[in-house]
Amino acid sequence: MKLRIFRVVTLIAAGAFFLVPIGAMFEFSTRGVGENSPRTLANWKAILDFPELVGPLTPNSSGIIASLELAAITSIATLVVLVPTMVWVRLRLPRLRRVIESISLLPLTIPAIVLVVGFWPMYQWMGINFNDSILTLTFAYIILVLPYAYRALDAGLAAIDVKTLSEAARSLGAGWPTVMWRVIVPNISSALLNASLLSVALVLGEYTIANNLLYPNLQVEIVSLARTNAGVSIAVAVASLLFAFGLLVGLSFVGSGPRRQRARVRERLVQTFGRDLSGGTR
Amino acid sequence: MTAAAGTGGRTGVEVRLEDLRRRYAGVTALDGLNLTMAPGELVALLGPSGCGKTTALRLLAGLEEADGGRVVIAGEDVTNVPANKREIGMVFQAYSLFPHMTAMQNVEFGMQLHDVGAAERRKRAGDMLELVGLSAHVHKYANQLSGGQQQRVALARALAIEPKVLLLDEPLSALDARVRARLRDEIRRVQLEVGTTTLFVTHDQEEALAIADRVGVMNAGRIEQLGPPTTIYSRPATPFVAEFVGLTNRLAGTVKGGEVEVRGTRLPLVKPDTADGPAIALVRPEAVTMAADGDIIPGPMVGTVIATVFLGATSRVTVDLGDITVLAQLPTSDATSLTAGTRVRLAMRRDPVLIARDEKASTEA
Ligand SMILES: Nc1ncnc2c1ncn2[C@@H]1O[C@H](COP(=O)(O)OP(=O)(O)O)[C@@H](O)[C@H]1O
Ligand SMILES: [Mg+2]
Repeated sequence: MKLRIFRVVTLIAAGAFFLVPIGAMFEFSTRGVGENSPRTLANWKAILDFPELVGPLTPNSSGIIASLELAAITSIATLVVLVPTMVWVRLRLPRLRRVIESISLLPLTIPAIVLVVGFWPMYQWMGINFNDSILTLTFAYIILVLPYAYRALDAGLAAIDVKTLSEAARSLGAGWPTVMWRVIVPNISSALLNASLLSVALVLGEYTIANNLLYPNLQVEIVSLARTNAGVSIAVAVASLLFAFGLLVGLSFVGSGPRRQRARVRERLVQTFGRDLSGGTR
Repeated sequence: MTAAAGTGGRTGVEVRLEDLRRRYAGVTALDGLNLTMAPGELVALLGPSGCGKTTALRLLAGLEEADGGRVVIAGEDVTNVPANKREIGMVFQAYSLFPHMTAMQNVEFGMQLHDVGAAERRKRAGDMLELVGLSAHVHKYANQLSGGQQQRVALARALAIEPKVLLLDEPLSALDARVRARLRDEIRRVQLEVGTTTLFVTHDQEEALAIADRVGVMNAGRIEQLGPPTTIYSRPATPFVAEFVGLTNRLAGTVKGGEVEVRGTRLPLVKPDTADGPAIALVRPEAVTMAADGDIIPGPMVGTVIATVFLGATSRVTVDLGDITVLAQLPTSDATSLTAGTRVRLAMRRDPVLIARDEKASTEA
């Protein structure tokens, strides 16, 4: 009973911590011009008038589209790189696990601004020799999300007996791709989901690296817009927060196909957000 | 692929392990293991933990690479064939069902990979699950099945691809005793029915003796003795086998002229050419009997009963002879009067005995 009360209080406190600022932002973004003027959605409607936010993707415009594309590419690329590597290490190089883990946690210990210093010459070189599209930020973002994705996937892989399952599949005639796709992936689906949720959230909220490497992603555009039109900038910020939240909730339902029961969906949601929070506070 | 093609006529094939060697960073897991299994035979590899049983199985399955030696299945050298091409069914010690599939889907999985058509697949999966007595549970997931049921599904899954060889690595060790004995007998029944050459690994001697056509007792990476269960038990070839299989009394004595004198009794030796000198004789409890005459005057074989354990037709009596305790296995009719505290005089049947390895003789003699 006491635990129950404690939980409720924690939930309310945490909720207030997140919702009060967002509420305040929403309030600000719907203020009219001048005193006593009625609430207005003018700022929200104006979002669509800013090509640097929503226009077609060109090298120097459309932060929203760019950030969405970056989020999608980054989370997929991270999974494609990380899952086979982690499975392989578990199966064949178990002694390297500690090493791989500490390497993957490194980006957490290095401030983003320091990362930028390291990235700068590489991006200069890439811009000249390869491509200067904003989507090249993916490379930096993969490194940025690595610790979070690693943690999420590690928890998922720890929950199944990777070695026995893959050996069982191999003895039944499965090659490595089949082992991956049909045995490992289906059994770590919630971990895959957690990893992508974290990647998406991180990329959508990323400012430091994009700004310093001079790529106008969503957050960079919001900040620059704030200088000329604070109302619209705040409206975009709230919208992107809501969007990210909606996306997370939506994604967490993707993994639960129609054949699973509601109870399992609920269980998974709790699991997802429980794990997200702990991953985020590390 | 060929194994999955036919439906009837599953006949076992010969399996040969030749001089298999495998080292792990300083540990010799297999030290020249040789084993030939006749078609359709069930061989149990028995040995203490760490003697290399699992390694032998994994080399045969292709899950581990040999440092030396050959694996020959049905006359074909498969030493360099990867695990997924070896046509080997495997049941693991750990529960290994794919958690996201039902029992049925688990059994179908291997057949799918062998391009068995959907209708045929479903029928055969149903048959296999029936064979292991799980027809009522075909649509359950692993977490809805008991440990014993999961291992039955694993057996059905392994056999569904009609493997050339079936490998079982301590498949019963996670189960409780009653389920273990029943499933053991069931594995044997199924194996006889399908006729697949089978290697069954266990550290439980009772299991090995109960299930196998032949038992291979392993020690330190090699097979010390390979033979039918009765031979392994009643005529152990080495002291290790004698001590590992069944119970053995270790009695100090003196070897002289092809015999060993133990506590006033001269016993013949399995190996009469043993050098003279002090030695430890290994005497089975069955060879220890009650002396015929009633006089109980103090002597090397006179002592006090400590405990009597009723085993059914026989009883095991522990007797304190003063300096050591010995085990005697007697017909229960003879043992009923032997309550704790009874003074008894024992005798030894003149069965040939083995002498324990030197290093132990010197420490305990
Ligand atoms: N992957 C491994 N890495 C290092 N040592 C191993 C490995 N597998 C087995 N061993 C060692 O090889 C020996 C035999 O192991 P194993 O075949 O598993 O024995 P058993 O199955 O009879 O208990 C043991 O000493 C074990 O520690
Ligand atoms: Mg083992």
